[in-house]
Amino acid sequence: MRKGKRVIPGFGLTFGITIAMLSILILIPLASVLVYAFRLSPKEFWETVTTPAVLYAFGTSILCSLIAAIINSVFGVILAWVLVRYNFPGKRILDGLIELPFALPTAVAGITLSKMYSTTGEIGEPLSKLGIRISYTHIGLTIALIFIGIPFVVRAIQPVLEKLDSQYEEASFILGGNRRQTFFKVILPELRPSLITGFGLAFARGIGEYGSVIYISGNSQKEHTQVVSYVIMQKLNYMDYSGATSIALILLIVSFLLLLLINIVQVKQSRRTNNV
Amino acid sequence: MNEAQKGGKVTKIVLITISVLFVLLMLVLPLISVLANSLKSGLSFYKEALSTVYVSSAFKVTILATVVAVLVNTFFGLVASWLLTKYTFKGKQVLATLIDIPFSISPVIAGLAFIMTFGRMGWAAPIIDSINEALGTDIKIVFALPGVCLATIFVTFPFVSRELIPVLNAQGKDEEEAAALMGAKGFTIFKKITFPHIKWALLYGIILCTARALGEFGAVNALSKTRGETFTLPLEIDALYLAGSADSITASFAVSSLLVIIAIIVLIFRNIFEHGSKEKEEQHKSAH
Repeated sequence: MRKGKRVIPGFGLTFGITIAMLSILILIPLASVLVYAFRLSPKEFWETVTTPAVLYAFGTSILCSLIAAIINSVFGVILAWVLVRYNFPGKRILDGLIELPFALPTAVAGITLSKMYSTTGEIGEPLSKLGIRISYTHIGLTIALIFIGIPFVVRAIQPVLEKLDSQYEEASFILGGNRRQTFFKVILPELRPSLITGFGLAFARGIGEYGSVIYISGNSQKEHTQVVSYVIMQKLNYMDYSGATSIALILLIVSFLLLLLINIVQVKQSRRTNNV
Repeated sequence: MNEAQKGGKVTKIVLITISVLFVLLMLVLPLISVLANSLKSGLSFYKEALSTVYVSSAFKVTILATVVAVLVNTFFGLVASWLLTKYTFKGKQVLATLIDIPFSISPVIAGLAFIMTFGRMGWAAPIIDSINEALGTDIKIVFALPGVCLATIFVTFPFVSRELIPVLNAQGKDEEEAAALMGAKGFTIFKKITFPHIKWALLYGIILCTARALGEFGAVNALSKTRGETFTLPLEIDALYLAGSADSITASFAVSSLLVIIAIIVLIFRNIFEHGSKEKEEQHKSAH
C-alpha cells in the first residue's frame, strides 16, 4: 500500500471539524489573551508583574503547590501500592474514593475545607486549643491543594505498578536484596517517570487552582495568602484588564512549561516500554 | 512463617492503615461535613434553602450550561478521538496536546480569555455589535448566558475524547479497515463497528463531563456577575457562603449537598464501569 493512503474514509471531515472546534472554542480565545498581553508596553507589563502583591502571590501559589505535590507524591505511592499489591475488604471503595476530588465541585470542596479547619470546625476547633490555626493560613491552603492533587498522583502510578513484572523483584530477592533495598533500588526507579508525571500534573493544577483554595486561604495581602488566580480575578473585578492579562501570561507560560516537561517524560517512558 | 514474610505482613498492615486514614481524613470527612452542615438547622430549613428564587434560577442556568457543554463536547470527543486513533498524520501528538490544554490552565484564565475575545476590549466585540445592528438583536456574550456556556465548554472540553482515545487505541483499526475495503461508508463503519466498542467509555465520559460542568466555578465566576440571572449553582453557593451569616452559610451547604450527591453517583458509576471493564479484560485473556 502506498505510504500515506488512508483506507478508512472520513479523514478530511473529522480533521476539519476537530481543528475548527478546537480553534474557535479554545485556541482563538487563548490567543486573544496573548495578543493583548504582547500589545502592552514592556514597562507596563514589568511594573504589573513585579508589584510585591503579585510576586508574593506567585511565591505562595508555587511554594504551597510544590509542598502539596511532594506530600501527594509520598501518599500517592503508598496508596497506589496498597491498591495494586494488597487485597483487603473495602478496597474497591477506597479505590473509588480517590477520584472524589475530580467529581466534587471545587467551590464545594473549598467552603467545606474552610469550615472544617476553621476555629469552629470539626478539625480546626481541637487544633485551635493547641494553638494551631489552619484556615486562613498557608497550612490550610496547602491542605486544599493536597485534596485537589491526590488523584493525579495515584492514577498516574497505578497502571504502571500493575504492569510491573514481578520477576525484577524476585531477582532482587534472590540476589540477596532486602525489601527496603528492593523497593528503593528496583521498584522506585521503574515508577519514576509516572511519579514525575503525577507530580507535574498535581503541581500544575495547584498553581492555577481557584475554587478550592480561595475560601480556606483567607486571601490576605498582608499575610501573603493570596494565590495567583485570586489576584487575576481581583484585577478582572476592578476592570484592570492589562494587569489581569500580564499575570495570566506568566501563569500560562508556567503551565505550558510544566505540560511540556510532562509530555517529554511521557514520550521517553513510552519509548522505554516499547523497547522492552 | 519466615522472618521476611512476617515483616511483609507488618508492612502490609501499616501501609493499609496509612492509606485508609489518609482517605478518611482528607476525603471522607469533608464529604460527611458537607452533609452534616447542610442539615444543621433541620430538614424544613434545608427545603426552604433549596426553594429560593435565586437557587431555582441558578439551577436552570446550571442545567442549560451543562446540557450545551455536554452536547458540544460529546460531538467533539467522538470526532477528535476517531481522528486521533484511526489515522496517522503529521502533528498528531501536537494536536492531542492542544486538546488537553484546558486541563492544565487555570479556570480563571479561561474566563479571562472569553472576556478578552468578546468583552468591551475584545477584538470580536465589534463583530457581535454589527451582527446585532444588522439583525436588530441584542446578543451579549460576556456577563450573559452565552459566556457562561462558553466557559463551561472550555473547561470540560477534553473530557469525552480523553475517555475514548485509550479504548479506541486498544481496539486498533483492523476491523474498520476491513469494513472500508468491503465498501462500507464512513458513518456505517462508525455505527456498526466502532460504536459498540466505545459505548461504555462514551457514557462514562459524558457522566464525567456532566459532573465537571455542573461544578465549574472559576471560569464562570469571571464571566457571570448577576445573581438570579446568570449565576450557576456553584456561584450561588459562593454568594451564600460569603454573605457570612450562620443561616446563609447553612443554606450554602444545603445547595452544596445537591452537588455532593451527584458527585457520589458519578463515583459509584465509575467504580461499576471500571470493575466491569476489568472483568471483561480478564475473560478476554483467559479465552486466549
